[in-house]
Amino acid sequence: MGMSGSTNDFVTTTLATAIGWARANSMWPMPFGTACCGIEMMAAFMAKYDASRFGSEVMKFSPRQADLLIVSGRISLKMMPVLQRIWEQMPAPKWCISMGACASSGGVFDTYTLIQGIDQFLPVDAYMPGCPPRPEAFFDALMMVQEKAKKGQSKALEYITDDAVSDPAQSVACRTPDNNYVHNVDRSTPSAEKASHDKIADDKITRDGVAPGTSK
Amino acid sequence: MILYQPENHLALIAKVEAFAGDKLLGREEKSHYHQFRVRGADAKDLVRFLRDEPSLGFTYFIDLTAVDYQTYPQPQPERFAVVTTLLSPKLGIRAQVKAFVAEGDPRIPSLTDIFAGANWTEREVWDLYGIEFLGHPDLTRILMPDDFDGHPLRKDYPLKGRGERGNFPVFHATTRKPAEEA
Repeated sequence: MGMSGSTNDFVTTTLATAIGWARANSMWPMPFGTACCGIEMMAAFMAKYDASRFGSEVMKFSPRQADLLIVSGRISLKMMPVLQRIWEQMPAPKWCISMGACASSGGVFDTYTLIQGIDQFLPVDAYMPGCPPRPEAFFDALMMVQEKAKKGQSKALEYITDDAVSDPAQSVACRTPDNNYVHNVDRSTPSAEKASHDKIADDKITRDGVAPGTSK
Repeated sequence: MILYQPENHLALIAKVEAFAGDKLLGREEKSHYHQFRVRGADAKDLVRFLRDEPSLGFTYFIDLTAVDYQTYPQPQPERFAVVTTLLSPKLGIRAQVKAFVAEGDPRIPSLTDIFAGANWTEREVWDLYGIEFLGHPDLTRILMPDDFDGHPLRKDYPLKGRGERGNFPVFHATTRKPAEEA
Protein backbone atom coordinates (compact mmCIF):
# COMPACT_ATOMS: atom_id res chain seq x y z
CA MET A 1 0.00 0.00 0.00
CA GLY A 2 1.72 3.10 -1.10
CA MET A 3 1.09 6.62 0.06
CA SER A 4 2.35 8.77 -2.75
CA GLY A 5 3.01 12.46 -2.71
CA SER A 6 0.51 15.13 -1.80
CA THR A 7 -0.10 16.07 -5.37
CA ASN A 8 -2.22 12.96 -5.83
CA ASP A 9 -5.41 12.55 -3.85
CA PHE A 10 -5.78 8.81 -4.39
CA VAL A 11 -4.18 5.60 -3.26
CA THR A 12 -3.94 2.48 -5.34
CA THR A 13 -4.12 -0.86 -3.55
CA THR A 14 -5.97 -4.11 -3.56
CA LEU A 15 -9.12 -4.58 -1.59
CA ALA A 16 -7.61 -7.44 0.41
CA THR A 17 -4.66 -5.32 1.40
CA ALA A 18 -6.86 -2.45 2.50
CA ILE A 19 -9.11 -4.71 4.52
CA GLY A 20 -6.13 -6.44 6.11
CA TRP A 21 -4.57 -3.09 6.96
CA ALA A 22 -7.80 -1.94 8.59
CA ARG A 23 -8.26 -5.14 10.53
CA ALA A 24 -4.68 -5.25 11.75
CA ASN A 25 -4.78 -1.74 13.12
CA SER A 26 -8.12 -1.95 14.86
CA MET A 27 -7.81 -5.11 16.93
CA TRP A 28 -10.44 -5.24 19.61
CA PRO A 29 -9.25 -7.65 22.27
CA MET A 30 -11.42 -9.85 24.41
CA PRO A 31 -9.41 -10.34 27.61
CA PHE A 32 -9.63 -13.67 29.38
CA GLY A 33 -7.33 -13.07 32.31
CA THR A 34 -7.41 -15.81 34.92
CA ALA A 35 -4.05 -15.40 36.61
CA CYS A 36 -0.99 -13.21 37.00
CA CYS A 37 -0.59 -12.95 33.22
CA GLY A 38 -3.81 -10.99 33.30
CA ILE A 39 -2.09 -8.36 35.45
CA GLU A 40 0.67 -7.98 32.86
CA MET A 41 -1.97 -7.78 30.14
CA MET A 42 -3.66 -4.93 32.04
CA ALA A 43 -0.29 -3.22 32.39
CA ALA A 44 0.21 -3.51 28.65
CA PHE A 45 -3.07 -1.69 28.07
CA MET A 46 -2.42 1.06 30.61
CA ALA A 47 -0.79 4.40 29.95
CA LYS A 48 2.88 3.46 30.34
CA TYR A 49 2.98 0.72 27.71
CA ASP A 50 -0.16 1.87 25.93
CA ALA A 51 -1.53 -0.74 23.57
CA SER A 52 -3.52 1.98 21.82
CA ARG A 53 -0.34 2.74 19.87
CA PHE A 54 -1.21 -0.44 18.00
CA GLY A 55 -4.84 0.46 17.54
CA SER A 56 -6.18 -2.01 20.07
CA GLU A 57 -7.08 0.13 23.01
CA VAL A 58 -10.73 -0.89 23.02
CA MET A 59 -10.85 -3.69 25.55
CA LYS A 60 -14.16 -5.41 24.88
CA PHE A 61 -15.57 -7.56 27.62
CA SER A 62 -18.20 -8.81 25.22
CA PRO A 63 -16.95 -11.45 22.80
CA ARG A 64 -19.46 -10.43 20.14
CA GLN A 65 -17.66 -7.12 19.67
CA ALA A 66 -14.14 -8.53 19.80
CA ASP A 67 -11.84 -10.14 17.28
CA LEU A 68 -8.76 -10.97 19.36
CA LEU A 69 -9.00 -13.42 22.25
CA ILE A 70 -6.19 -13.03 24.79
CA VAL A 71 -6.06 -16.08 27.05
CA SER A 72 -3.81 -14.97 29.87
CA GLY A 73 -3.59 -17.44 32.68
CA ARG A 74 -4.20 -21.04 33.56
CA ILE A 75 -7.34 -22.70 32.23
CA SER A 76 -8.87 -25.56 34.17
CA LEU A 77 -10.90 -28.41 32.74
CA LYS A 78 -14.03 -26.83 34.17
CA MET A 79 -13.25 -23.46 32.60
CA MET A 80 -12.49 -24.77 29.11
CA PRO A 81 -16.14 -25.17 27.94
CA VAL A 82 -16.74 -21.55 29.01
CA LEU A 83 -13.73 -20.40 27.04
CA GLN A 84 -14.86 -22.42 24.03
CA ARG A 85 -18.29 -20.84 24.21
CA ILE A 86 -16.72 -17.38 24.30
CA TRP A 87 -14.54 -18.25 21.32
CA GLU A 88 -17.55 -19.45 19.36
CA GLN A 89 -19.39 -16.22 20.12
CA MET A 90 -16.66 -14.10 18.56
CA PRO A 91 -17.38 -13.16 14.95
CA ALA A 92 -14.90 -14.14 12.28
CA PRO A 93 -12.26 -13.17 11.40
CA LYS A 94 -10.79 -13.76 14.82
CA TRP A 95 -7.42 -14.40 16.33
CA CYS A 96 -6.20 -15.92 19.57
CA ILE A 97 -3.14 -15.17 21.68
CA SER A 98 -2.00 -17.72 24.24
CA MET A 99 -0.31 -15.56 26.86
CA GLY A 100 2.17 -17.09 29.25
CA ALA A 101 3.46 -20.52 30.07
CA CYS A 102 0.26 -21.76 31.72
CA ALA A 103 -2.03 -21.05 28.81
CA SER A 104 0.50 -22.36 26.30
CA SER A 105 1.60 -25.54 28.05
CA GLY A 106 0.14 -25.80 31.53
CA GLY A 107 3.25 -24.28 33.00
CA VAL A 108 4.30 -25.69 36.33
CA PHE A 109 0.79 -26.98 36.94
CA ASP A 110 1.08 -30.48 35.56
CA THR A 111 -1.95 -31.63 37.54
CA TYR A 112 -5.25 -33.39 37.15
CA THR A 113 -7.27 -30.23 36.76
CA LEU A 114 -5.38 -28.06 34.31
CA ILE A 115 -5.43 -27.85 30.53
CA GLN A 116 -1.94 -28.59 29.24
CA GLY A 117 -2.02 -25.97 26.55
CA ILE A 118 -5.15 -24.33 25.20
CA ASP A 119 -4.08 -25.15 21.65
CA GLN A 120 -5.59 -28.57 22.24
CA PHE A 121 -8.97 -26.85 22.07
CA LEU A 122 -8.53 -23.47 20.41
CA PRO A 123 -6.67 -22.41 17.27
CA VAL A 124 -3.88 -20.28 18.67
CA ASP A 125 -2.21 -17.71 16.44
CA ALA A 126 0.58 -16.52 18.72
CA TYR A 127 2.21 -18.09 21.75
CA MET A 128 3.90 -16.01 24.38
CA PRO A 129 6.48 -17.54 26.71
CA GLY A 130 7.15 -16.18 30.15
CA CYS A 131 5.83 -16.52 33.64
CA PRO A 132 4.37 -13.97 33.34
CA PRO A 133 5.53 -12.30 30.12
CA ARG A 134 6.52 -8.66 30.13
CA PRO A 135 4.33 -6.19 28.27
CA GLU A 136 7.02 -6.04 25.60
CA ALA A 137 6.42 -9.72 24.90
CA PHE A 138 2.73 -8.99 24.67
CA PHE A 139 3.37 -6.38 22.01
CA ASP A 140 5.59 -8.80 20.13
CA ALA A 141 2.72 -11.27 20.00
CA LEU A 142 0.28 -8.53 19.09
CA MET A 143 2.45 -7.47 16.18
CA MET A 144 2.70 -11.08 15.04
CA VAL A 145 -1.09 -11.24 14.97
CA GLN A 146 -1.19 -7.94 13.13
CA GLU A 147 1.14 -9.33 10.49
CA LYS A 148 -1.13 -12.33 10.06
CA ALA A 149 -4.16 -10.09 9.84
CA LYS A 150 -2.56 -7.99 7.14
CA LYS A 151 -2.00 -11.13 5.10
CA GLY A 152 -5.52 -12.34 5.75
CA GLN A 153 -4.28 -15.30 7.75
CA SER A 154 -5.86 -16.77 10.85
CA LYS A 155 -5.48 -20.09 12.54
CA ALA A 156 -9.25 -20.18 12.95
CA LEU A 157 -9.65 -20.20 9.17
CA GLU A 158 -7.88 -23.54 9.02
CA TYR A 159 -10.82 -25.16 10.72
CA ILE A 160 -14.18 -25.23 9.07
CA THR A 161 -17.36 -26.32 10.67
CA ASP A 162 -19.07 -28.48 8.08
CA ASP A 163 -19.58 -32.16 8.61
CA ALA A 164 -16.14 -33.55 8.15
CA VAL A 165 -17.31 -36.77 9.70
CA SER A 166 -19.15 -37.61 6.49
CA ASP A 167 -15.86 -37.62 4.65
CA PRO A 168 -13.35 -39.35 6.91
CA ALA A 169 -10.67 -39.19 4.26
CA GLN A 170 -10.61 -35.41 4.58
CA SER A 171 -10.86 -35.30 8.33
CA VAL A 172 -8.07 -35.01 10.81
CA ALA A 173 -8.97 -36.22 14.24
CA CYS A 174 -8.16 -33.32 16.46
CA ARG A 175 -9.40 -31.57 19.51
CA THR A 176 -10.84 -28.49 18.03
CA PRO A 177 -13.21 -25.96 19.48
CA ASP A 178 -16.74 -27.11 19.85
CA ASN A 179 -17.43 -26.78 16.15
CA ASN A 180 -20.67 -28.67 16.04
CA TYR A 181 -22.14 -26.82 19.01
CA VAL A 182 -22.46 -30.03 20.98
CA HIS A 183 -22.21 -28.42 24.38
CA ASN A 184 -23.96 -30.98 26.52
CA VAL A 185 -21.78 -33.98 25.88
CA ASP A 186 -22.30 -36.72 28.41
CA ARG A 187 -18.84 -37.33 29.76
CA SER A 188 -19.99 -39.49 32.65
CA THR A 189 -20.44 -42.65 30.64
CA PRO A 190 -17.25 -44.59 30.23
CA SER A 191 -16.27 -45.03 26.64
CA ALA A 192 -13.29 -45.66 24.49
CA GLU A 193 -12.39 -42.02 24.88
CA LYS A 194 -11.91 -42.53 28.60
CA ALA A 195 -8.22 -42.18 28.48
CA SER A 196 -5.30 -43.35 30.48
CA HIS A 197 -1.93 -41.68 30.40
CA ASP A 198 -1.00 -43.80 27.44
CA LYS A 199 -4.10 -42.66 25.61
CA ILE A 200 -3.11 -39.06 26.21
CA ALA A 201 0.21 -39.75 24.58
CA ASP A 202 -1.60 -41.24 21.59
CA ASP A 203 -3.86 -38.24 21.33
CA LYS A 204 -0.90 -35.93 20.98
CA ILE A 205 0.04 -37.88 17.90
CA THR A 206 -3.42 -37.57 16.46
CA ARG A 207 -3.42 -33.83 16.96
CA ASP A 208 -0.49 -33.44 14.64
CA GLY A 209 -1.48 -35.78 11.94
CA VAL A 210 -3.50 -38.81 11.20
CA ALA A 211 -5.61 -40.63 13.69
CA PRO A 212 -4.37 -44.10 14.55
CA GLY A 213 -5.91 -46.71 12.35
CA THR A 214 -6.86 -44.37 9.55
CA SER A 215 -4.99 -43.31 6.50
CA LYS A 216 -4.78 -39.77 5.35
CA MET B 1 -8.79 -4.66 71.60
CA ILE B 2 -8.83 -7.58 73.97
CA LEU B 3 -5.70 -7.91 76.01
CA TYR B 4 -4.12 -11.25 76.72
CA GLN B 5 -5.71 -12.60 79.85
CA PRO B 6 -4.36 -15.97 80.99
CA GLU B 7 -7.38 -16.72 83.14
CA ASN B 8 -9.57 -16.77 80.03
CA HIS B 9 -7.39 -19.41 78.44
CA LEU B 10 -7.34 -21.47 81.60
CA ALA B 11 -11.10 -21.18 81.89
CA LEU B 12 -11.54 -22.36 78.28
CA ILE B 13 -9.34 -25.39 78.85
CA ALA B 14 -11.08 -26.26 82.11
CA LYS B 15 -14.57 -25.95 80.66
CA VAL B 16 -13.81 -27.97 77.56
CA GLU B 17 -12.14 -30.70 79.59
CA ALA B 18 -15.08 -30.78 81.98
CA PHE B 19 -17.54 -30.98 79.09
CA ALA B 20 -15.77 -33.50 76.90
CA GLY B 21 -14.22 -35.69 79.57
CA ASP B 22 -12.95 -38.92 78.12
CA LYS B 23 -14.03 -37.94 74.64
CA LEU B 24 -11.15 -35.48 74.44
CA LEU B 25 -8.37 -37.34 72.67
CA GLY B 26 -5.86 -34.59 73.06
CA ARG B 27 -5.33 -30.90 73.55
CA GLU B 28 -2.64 -28.59 72.35
CA GLU B 29 -1.83 -24.93 72.81
CA LYS B 30 -0.58 -23.43 69.60
CA SER B 31 0.89 -19.98 69.32
CA HIS B 32 -2.44 -18.26 68.84
CA TYR B 33 -5.15 -20.85 69.32
CA HIS B 34 -6.20 -23.89 71.28
CA GLN B 35 -6.73 -27.18 69.56
CA PHE B 36 -9.03 -29.89 70.87
CA ARG B 37 -8.97 -33.34 69.28
CA VAL B 38 -12.04 -35.54 69.38
CA ARG B 39 -13.66 -38.33 67.40
CA GLY B 40 -15.84 -37.34 64.48
CA ALA B 41 -19.05 -38.31 66.23
CA ASP B 42 -18.27 -36.02 69.18
CA ALA B 43 -17.22 -32.95 67.22
CA LYS B 44 -20.64 -31.43 66.75
CA ASP B 45 -21.46 -31.50 70.45
CA LEU B 46 -18.19 -29.79 71.27
CA VAL B 47 -18.71 -27.10 68.63
CA ARG B 48 -22.22 -26.48 69.90
CA PHE B 49 -20.93 -26.25 73.46
CA LEU B 50 -18.25 -23.75 72.46
CA ARG B 51 -20.85 -21.61 70.73
CA ASP B 52 -23.67 -21.80 73.29
CA GLU B 53 -21.73 -21.65 76.56
CA PRO B 54 -22.31 -18.01 77.62
CA SER B 55 -18.92 -17.59 79.26
CA LEU B 56 -17.09 -18.75 76.13
CA GLY B 57 -19.08 -17.38 73.19
CA PHE B 58 -17.29 -18.91 70.20
CA THR B 59 -19.91 -17.48 67.85
CA TYR B 60 -17.62 -16.71 64.91
CA PHE B 61 -17.15 -19.57 62.45
CA ILE B 62 -13.84 -18.98 60.68
CA ASP B 63 -13.19 -22.04 58.58
CA LEU B 64 -13.71 -25.74 58.09
CA THR B 65 -11.23 -27.86 56.23
CA ALA B 66 -9.73 -31.34 56.35
CA VAL B 67 -6.41 -33.15 56.56
CA ASP B 68 -5.34 -36.46 55.06
CA TYR B 69 -2.79 -38.15 57.32
CA GLN B 70 -2.16 -41.14 55.08
CA THR B 71 1.49 -40.33 54.49
CA TYR B 72 2.05 -38.41 57.72
CA PRO B 73 5.18 -39.62 59.56
CA GLN B 74 3.67 -39.53 63.06
CA PRO B 75 0.82 -41.97 63.69
CA GLN B 76 -2.62 -40.42 64.05
CA PRO B 77 -5.86 -41.82 65.48
CA GLU B 78 -7.51 -41.97 62.04
CA ARG B 79 -6.61 -41.17 58.47
CA PHE B 80 -8.77 -38.07 58.02
CA ALA B 81 -9.35 -35.10 60.26
CA VAL B 82 -11.99 -32.40 59.82
CA VAL B 83 -10.71 -29.17 61.31
CA THR B 84 -13.13 -26.48 62.45
CA THR B 85 -11.75 -23.13 63.56
CA LEU B 86 -13.82 -20.81 65.73
CA LEU B 87 -13.27 -17.37 67.22
CA SER B 88 -14.67 -15.94 70.40
CA PRO B 89 -15.13 -12.18 70.02
CA LYS B 90 -15.90 -12.13 73.72
CA LEU B 91 -12.58 -13.61 74.82
CA GLY B 92 -10.39 -12.85 71.83
CA ILE B 93 -9.36 -16.51 71.59
CA ARG B 94 -9.42 -18.92 68.69
CA ALA B 95 -10.34 -22.54 69.23
CA GLN B 96 -9.87 -25.39 66.81
CA VAL B 97 -11.79 -28.66 66.91
CA LYS B 98 -9.98 -31.43 65.09
CA ALA B 99 -12.33 -34.36 64.48
CA PHE B 100 -10.80 -37.62 63.32
CA VAL B 101 -12.72 -39.59 60.71
CA ALA B 102 -12.06 -43.21 59.83
CA GLU B 103 -10.93 -44.15 56.35
CA GLY B 104 -13.47 -46.95 56.01
CA ASP B 105 -16.39 -44.85 57.20
CA PRO B 106 -15.69 -41.22 56.27
CA ARG B 107 -18.80 -39.65 57.75
CA ILE B 108 -19.29 -36.85 60.24
CA PRO B 109 -22.34 -34.85 61.37
CA SER B 110 -22.81 -31.61 59.50
CA LEU B 111 -22.44 -28.25 61.24
CA THR B 112 -24.81 -26.45 58.90
CA ASP B 113 -27.60 -26.22 61.47
CA ILE B 114 -25.19 -24.60 63.94
CA PHE B 115 -23.27 -22.36 61.54
CA ALA B 116 -24.90 -21.64 58.18
CA GLY B 117 -21.51 -20.60 56.86
CA ALA B 118 -20.34 -24.18 57.05
CA ASN B 119 -22.45 -25.06 54.02
CA TRP B 120 -19.94 -24.32 51.27
CA THR B 121 -16.87 -25.32 53.25
CA GLU B 122 -18.40 -28.73 53.91
CA ARG B 123 -19.22 -29.07 50.24
CA GLU B 124 -15.59 -28.30 49.48
CA VAL B 125 -14.36 -30.95 51.92
CA TRP B 126 -16.77 -33.46 50.41
CA ASP B 127 -15.63 -32.54 46.93
CA LEU B 128 -11.90 -32.80 47.56
CA TYR B 129 -11.65 -35.36 50.39
CA GLY B 130 -14.81 -37.43 50.05
CA ILE B 131 -15.89 -36.97 53.65
CA GLU B 132 -19.66 -37.17 53.88
CA PHE B 133 -21.46 -34.68 56.10
CA LEU B 134 -24.59 -36.19 57.56
CA GLY B 135 -27.53 -33.81 57.52
CA HIS B 136 -26.08 -31.40 54.98
CA PRO B 137 -28.89 -29.86 52.88
CA ASP B 138 -27.07 -29.97 49.52
CA LEU B 139 -23.95 -32.09 49.55
CA THR B 140 -22.80 -31.67 45.95
CA ARG B 141 -19.51 -30.81 44.34
CA ILE B 142 -18.52 -27.17 44.48
CA LEU B 143 -15.08 -26.94 42.82
CA MET B 144 -14.63 -29.93 40.55
CA PRO B 145 -16.96 -30.60 37.61
CA ASP B 146 -20.18 -32.38 38.46
CA ASP B 147 -19.23 -35.49 36.50
CA PHE B 148 -15.83 -35.80 38.16
CA ASP B 149 -14.91 -39.14 39.69
CA GLY B 150 -12.88 -39.30 42.85
CA HIS B 151 -11.69 -36.84 45.46
CA PRO B 152 -8.44 -35.35 44.28
CA LEU B 153 -6.94 -33.91 47.47
CA ARG B 154 -6.61 -37.36 48.98
CA LYS B 155 -2.99 -38.37 49.23
CA ASP B 156 -3.52 -41.51 47.16
CA TYR B 157 -4.97 -39.58 44.24
CA PRO B 158 -2.36 -39.26 41.49
CA LEU B 159 -1.17 -35.73 40.86
CA LYS B 160 -1.73 -35.95 37.13
CA GLY B 161 -5.16 -37.46 37.60
CA ARG B 162 -6.74 -40.60 36.31
CA GLY B 163 -7.11 -39.56 32.71
CA GLU B 164 -9.39 -36.58 33.23
CA ARG B 165 -7.22 -34.49 30.96
CA GLY B 166 -7.76 -36.96 28.14
CA ASN B 167 -11.44 -37.56 28.78
CA PHE B 168 -12.71 -34.89 26.46
CA PRO B 169 -14.93 -35.52 23.47
CA VAL B 170 -13.03 -35.51 20.22
CA PHE B 171 -14.49 -33.40 17.47
CA HIS B 172 -13.58 -33.64 13.84
CA ALA B 173 -12.59 -30.81 11.62
CA THR B 174 -11.13 -30.57 8.17
CA THR B 175 -8.35 -28.41 6.98
CA ARG B 176 -9.64 -25.87 4.57
CA LYS B 177 -7.94 -26.01 1.23
CA PRO B 178 -6.71 -22.76 -0.26
CA ALA B 179 -8.68 -23.38 -3.46
CA GLU B 180 -11.94 -23.46 -1.57
CA GLU B 181 -11.41 -20.03 -0.09
CA ALA B 182 -11.48 -18.30 -3.44
